[in-house]
Amino acid sequence: MLDPAGEATRAAAGRLGVTGVTRLRIGKAIDVELEAEDQATAQAQLELLSDRLLSNPVIENWSLERLELCSGTPA
Amino acid sequence: MTIGIVVFPGSNCDRDVRWALEGCLNTPTRFLWHEERDLSGLDAVVIPGGFSYGDYLRCGAIARFAPVLQELVAFADQGGPVLGICNGFQVLTEMGLLPGALTRNEKLHFLCEPSELEVQPGLCRWLQGYGAGERVTFPIAHGEGRYQCDAEQLKALEDGGQVVLRYCSNPNGSVAAIAGLTNARGNVLGLMPHPERACDPQTGGSDGRRLLSSLLG
Repeated sequence: MLDPAGEATRAAAGRLGVTGVTRLRIGKAIDVELEAEDQATAQAQLELLSDRLLSNPVIENWSLERLELCSGTPA
Repeated sequence: MTIGIVVFPGSNCDRDVRWALEGCLNTPTRFLWHEERDLSGLDAVVIPGGFSYGDYLRCGAIARFAPVLQELVAFADQGGPVLGICNGFQVLTEMGLLPGALTRNEKLHFLCEPSELEVQPGLCRWLQGYGAGERVTFPIAHGEGRYQCDAEQLKALEDGGQVVLRYCSNPNGSVAAIAGLTNARGNVLGLMPHPERACDPQTGGSDGRRLLSSLLG
């Protein structure tokens, strides 16, 4: 699907002298902290959020990445 | 005959719709604050243009969860006429009452200009006052009006006669120049152009009057 903001930015990269950019798409990163009983529950809730609120599947794809808040503590 | 007008934080065409219906067409209206759940006594509901909830996340994404729209799903399911204009169209697609999505205009500019449209009323209750292939001019005013859907969905919409309004010049790059869609039953209409701003010849034409008066009998 055409991403006009990504295309405009790709053209600007060329004007900066970086001519090899063949694809540039602009999306969003959403930072979520969630409390849940266990990891499986958290995963299920984050998938629901991602699919039903944070993204629109007609125009967007999404993926989840789990970050460690600090050593040994799942985020 | 009373027509409900949904008001979200950030709506800005709610008063325009009221002016068009009450001032130009002598039809009573009732504002529906987003937290309301009472649609009783309403013959139709309009979701007006604007920036509901600041357009945070995506246009219409948060509005979809408003209490008043939970009731509106049942209203539409029962055949109640629903009209979504501009941000209202974006909300209808986010709710799933109409398929597809509205995205950033192809050339990124906010477009604010008169736009010529071709009407194919089909079964759409809101468009019965227009002839098939008739051309009308409504203003457009949007940054995210480029209609998108996949090829399979587009074929279903075309085959079902649900593409009821097309741009003559496709200013925003919409798939198949789609400016407005109806549902299979014809009671829900979503469109990016503003018929409520085309109801008085002194302020830019009156082509929109027949749309807003189509339900008045």
